[in-house]
Amino acid sequence: MEKRIRVVVGKPGLDGHDRGSKVVARALRDAGMEVIYTGIRQTPEEIVNTVLQEDADILGLSILSGAHMKLCQKIIKLMKEKEINVPIFLGGIIPADDIPELKKMGVNEVFGPGTSFEDIIKRVKEIVLGTAV
Amino acid sequence: MDQENKINELVEKKALWYEKTFKKTVSRFPERKKEFKTSYGKVVDPVYTPADVKDIDYAKDIGFPGEYPYTRGVQPTMYRGRFWTMRQYAGFASAEESNKRYRYLLEQGQTGLSVAFDLPTQIGYDSDDEMSEGEVGKVGVAIDSLKDMEILFDSIPLDKVSVSMTINSTSAILLSMLMAVGEKQGVRHDQLRGTIQNDILKEYIARGTYVFPPDPSMRVIVDIFEYGSKNLPKFNLISISGYHIREAGANAVQEVAFTIADGIAYVEAAIKAGLDPNVFGTNLSFFFNAHNNFIEEISKFRAARKIWAKVMKERFHVTNEEALKLKFHTQTAGSTLTAQQPMNNIIRVTMQALSAVLGGTQSLHTNSFDEALGLPTQESATIALRTQQIIAYESGVTDTVDPFAGSYLIEHLTKDIEEKAMEYIKKIDDMGGMVRAVETGYVQKEILNSAYEAQLRIEKKEDVIVGMNEFTTEKGSKPTPILKVDTSVEEKQKSKIKELKEIRDNNLVSEKLSSLKLAAASKENIMPFIYEAVKAYATLGEITNVLREVFGEFRESVIL
Repeated sequence: MEKRIRVVVGKPGLDGHDRGSKVVARALRDAGMEVIYTGIRQTPEEIVNTVLQEDADILGLSILSGAHMKLCQKIIKLMKEKEINVPIFLGGIIPADDIPELKKMGVNEVFGPGTSFEDIIKRVKEIVLGTAV
Repeated sequence: MDQENKINELVEKKALWYEKTFKKTVSRFPERKKEFKTSYGKVVDPVYTPADVKDIDYAKDIGFPGEYPYTRGVQPTMYRGRFWTMRQYAGFASAEESNKRYRYLLEQGQTGLSVAFDLPTQIGYDSDDEMSEGEVGKVGVAIDSLKDMEILFDSIPLDKVSVSMTINSTSAILLSMLMAVGEKQGVRHDQLRGTIQNDILKEYIARGTYVFPPDPSMRVIVDIFEYGSKNLPKFNLISISGYHIREAGANAVQEVAFTIADGIAYVEAAIKAGLDPNVFGTNLSFFFNAHNNFIEEISKFRAARKIWAKVMKERFHVTNEEALKLKFHTQTAGSTLTAQQPMNNIIRVTMQALSAVLGGTQSLHTNSFDEALGLPTQESATIALRTQQIIAYESGVTDTVDPFAGSYLIEHLTKDIEEKAMEYIKKIDDMGGMVRAVETGYVQKEILNSAYEAQLRIEKKEDVIVGMNEFTTEKGSKPTPILKVDTSVEEKQKSKIKELKEIRDNNLVSEKLSSLKLAAASKENIMPFIYEAVKAYATLGEITNVLREVFGEFRESVIL
C-alpha cells in the first residue's frame, strides 16, 4: 500500500490571513494525505518542533505579510541545526524577485495566488516521492 | 382586495409565460447553467416581477432615506449633499514614509486618512521585540511610541482630516496617541474625527491580531466606549467589521449575520456595564466588503442597514434616531484580485466600488490592481483613488438616492438576505451569543466551509475567474512593478527606541505603567491611564506587556 504522506502546514510570524493555509490543508487532506495544521502566529521554533514531533514528510508554509525571507531563513536554519531533512513548500504573496533566493535557501516550491489544488497536490507528491525535477 | 387580485393574476400570467414562452426557448437554446446562484446559494429565477415583492410593505420595510428603517440610506440627501469619504488604506515602513504617502493622497483629493499599521504594532510588540523580526514596517507603518505618531501626522491638521485606524487589540493605545498628537496641534479631543476599528471578535474569527482572551478584550472595548462617548463625541469608537469575515471566505449572508451578531455582543456588553445605547450607539460604525456579485452586494448593504436599525430599536429599545443608523465604510474585496493579468483588477474594483456606492456607503477604499502581488505603488494607488472619483463625478449614479430601489430583484434579495441573516443571528443567540459561538469555533467552521466550497467551484470552473481559470495567457504579461519596503526600517526603529529610552523620564514611565497595572487589575476604566502612559512616552510594547501580565494571552484552538 502506498504510504500516506504526512504534511505539516504551518503559519509562522504574526500574519493572521489563514484562508489559504486552511483551504490548502483541507485539500491535501481530501487528497488522502495526513495533515497537521499548526494554526496562526507560530514561531519558527514551534513550527520546527511540530515537524519533528509529527515526523512530517513535508512542510508547507503560508506567509502573506512580506516577512517570508526572514522567516524561511530562520526555519531552515533551525531545521539544519536539528538535522531535519524535510522539503518545504511556500504559499502566499511572494514577489517573483524573491523566488530564486528562496529556492537557493532551500525552499523546494513556491505557490503564488491562483494556484490550483490540483497543481499543489501533484507537486507535493512529486517532491515527497522523490520524482521532483 | 384589488391589489391581491392583481398579484394573483400576475402569478398566473408568469406561470403561463414560463410554460409557453420561456420553456419553448430553453428547449431549443438551453441556459448556460442548470442553476444560477448567489454567493449564499440562493437559486436566482430568470425574471422577477411585482409578485416577488408582494410581502414587502413599502412604508414599513423600505421607507425613505434618512428615516427608519433606513433601507434606502442613513441621510435624506445622500450623495446629492456630499460624496462618501474617499479613504484609501495606506501605510508602510516608517512614520516618515507613510506621512509622505498621506500628504500625497490628500493633495490628490483624498478626503480622509486610513492608517495601516504593521503587525507588531497591531499585536503590541515593539520593533525591537524578538517576535517582530521580519515584520517591522511590512504590512503597514511601525509605531512604537508617541514620537512615531507625531511624525506620522506631521503637517496633517487633525481638526480637518478624519483619521481611521485599523487597530484592534492595541486600539486604546493608538487612540491615546492620536489624542496626544491632536493636543500638540492645538486640537481639542472633542474636535477629533475618525474611527478606530476596535473590533476584537472578528480578530478571533478571521483576522488574527488578538492579544488578550475574549473577556478582558470585551472589557477594554467597553472602557473605550465609556471614555470615548464622553470625550470624543465625533469619533467612531468601533468599526464592526464584516470585511475580514468575507475575505476569510464567508458568503454575503454570513458576512451580514456575523457582523451584526458581533455588534449585538458589543452593545450587550456595554449595556451590562451600565452604558446607555442611546448615547454610545451614535459612536458605532460598520465596515463591509464589496464583492463580485453586483446585485447581491447592493442588496446586502441595504439589508444590513435595515437589520441594524431593527435590532437597535426592537431589541435594545433605542429611541435616539442617530443611534439606529448603520453607518459604514466599504472596501473592495482583496481576495477577488488576481495575480494573473493584474490590470483586470481595475475593472473588478470599479464594479465592486459601484455596488458600494449604490448600496449607500459612507466611506470607501478601492483596492489597487497590484495587491495580489505586493503593496501598492504610488501609481496603482492613484488609479484606485481615481476610480472612486470617476464614479462620483462622472457616472451620474450619485444624483438620485438609492437609485436601484424598486427593482423587483433587489428588493426581493434585500428581504431574503435579511431573513437568512436573522436565522443565523437566532442560532447564535441560542448558543449564548457571539463570544461563545466564537469560542466553540462554530463561526470559524461555517466560514471555512464556505471558503472551501468557493475554492472547489473555482477549481471545477463552475465559477470563472477571468485570466485565472479561463482566458489565461500562457506567457506572463510584462512584470508589474512592485513596491519594495526598505528593509532598513527595522534597524531604524530599533535605534529610535533605544534613543527614546535614553532621553525620556524613565521614572515617570514606570510610575505611569504601575498605575495602569493597578487600574487594569481593578474595575477602573483603563483609558485615562493608558493616555497618561502614552504621554510619558511609554512604548506600545511596554503598555501592552503590562496588560498581558494582568489579562493573560489568548491562543486559538485550531479549526480545520
